[in-house]
Amino acid sequence: MTRRVLITVVVIVVVGLAGCEREARRFRDTAVTTTHPQTVLLTTLTAGAAPAHSGAGSPFGNNAYGISEGKRLYAAFNCSGCHATAGGGAIGPALSDDKWIYGYAPEQIYATIVQGRPNGMPSFAAKLPEQQVWQLVAYIESMSAAVPRDAASGRNDDLSAAKGEARADRIDRRQTGHR
Amino acid sequence: MQSVLAPAGVQAAEIAWLWWVMLAVCAAVFVVVLLFVGAGLHRASRRNAPAPTPERRLHRAIGGATALTILTLMGLLTAAIATGRAVQSLDGASALPVIVVGNQWWWAIEYALPNPAERVRVANELRLPRGRTVSITLGSNDVIHSLWIPNLHGKVDLIPGRQNVMVLRADRVGEFRAQCAEYCGTQHAHMAFTVTVVEPAAFDAWLVAQREPAREPVDAVARRGRQLVESTTCMMCHTVRGTLAGARIAPDLTHVGSRPTLAAGVLPNTDEALDRWLRDPQAVKPGNKMPVPGLSDDDRRAVVAYLRGLK
Repeated sequence: MTRRVLITVVVIVVVGLAGCEREARRFRDTAVTTTHPQTVLLTTLTAGAAPAHSGAGSPFGNNAYGISEGKRLYAAFNCSGCHATAGGGAIGPALSDDKWIYGYAPEQIYATIVQGRPNGMPSFAAKLPEQQVWQLVAYIESMSAAVPRDAASGRNDDLSAAKGEARADRIDRRQTGHR
Repeated sequence: MQSVLAPAGVQAAEIAWLWWVMLAVCAAVFVVVLLFVGAGLHRASRRNAPAPTPERRLHRAIGGATALTILTLMGLLTAAIATGRAVQSLDGASALPVIVVGNQWWWAIEYALPNPAERVRVANELRLPRGRTVSITLGSNDVIHSLWIPNLHGKVDLIPGRQNVMVLRADRVGEFRAQCAEYCGTQHAHMAFTVTVVEPAAFDAWLVAQREPAREPVDAVARRGRQLVESTTCMMCHTVRGTLAGARIAPDLTHVGSRPTLAAGVLPNTDEALDRWLRDPQAVKPGNKMPVPGLSDDDRRAVVAYLRGLK
């Protein structure tokens, strides 16, 4: 009897402790790998064999705090002014769909933010620290459920009818042919 | 500097009065209870087998004590309600309108004068004229905060999507510390600011000075600093009125050089402290929303020179 109680208590404590360090909040990320936007491919239409993707992924792609910070910055820096809240698109292209002119891979989104794009997307080079750009990238990925659902935001901070990104529809980009 | 027992205004005086009443009554009750306990112990030790107290006397004693307890509690309740009414009694209709908005973890403060041209935005600093009623409208941009200026008023919460109003009057010149009194995240303890009560004439002069756009830099180093503020990460979040920096998600820096503290009451407003902050804000106040600016030593010195010159 005492043995069973003891085992139960130990199991509860161990399971509880396992949940403690779910993820690290990285406030001062100096270890983020620098992507050189010049070397990022935007299309597969290249002369000769296409160079392979780096496949490095977004440093905050699996980090709930990073994604929620990206969500905050998306509104704070007025990304929503052109791309609309939740990435519905307006003056600027939608970010929650599957048609991406300049690529949807994390480093391609990074390059688009840093370099700017024709017809309205300004360059944020020197204006945003690398860490914040990557947080924005992670949030933009979460709009089409390209990040794990347990990391994406479950709800919005404001009174909004839109559902959180954790419940966004996953887009299978392999089928659409766009990249 | 921060004490409920050193009231500098009418409301705080009422609250302090209630505090003293509560202390006196509770102390008296404590002493009376101890006296009875002492008497009981003394009686028990004097006789080996004390004669049992008659039932009727016991009933009367217990009834009397219960009545006294209820009376005391009712008295305190009456005092508390009276204080609550007195604290709410100031009429805010013709008061100086101020808006305080809580953010993780700093205070946005706006003097919302009826004439839009006279409106002034500051941060982490509240200056009030002595003897004038002030109506503070409270709001929040993220989570629930609470404004507490112990020397002037009780606590009032700042709730997202809702406006609370605190009407107060400061009757004594001085500097009083205010702080957030509702846990609002990791840096809750580092969310304070200074309330400076000055004479009305000095207040008007200060308000006129705060209305001015930022001072032009005087030397080459400060000019370089201004150029950096306008062209790097600073301008994405901060405002320096009169320059290209006009974002509103971080404290307004137009007159940051004249503020009593930096980073919401965390650092003194000195060159060294600002340099330390700009080198690594996350080391001073971990988790705050300011990223590491990543300026070189020379650039950082230039920004410090420029910002500290913004009196």
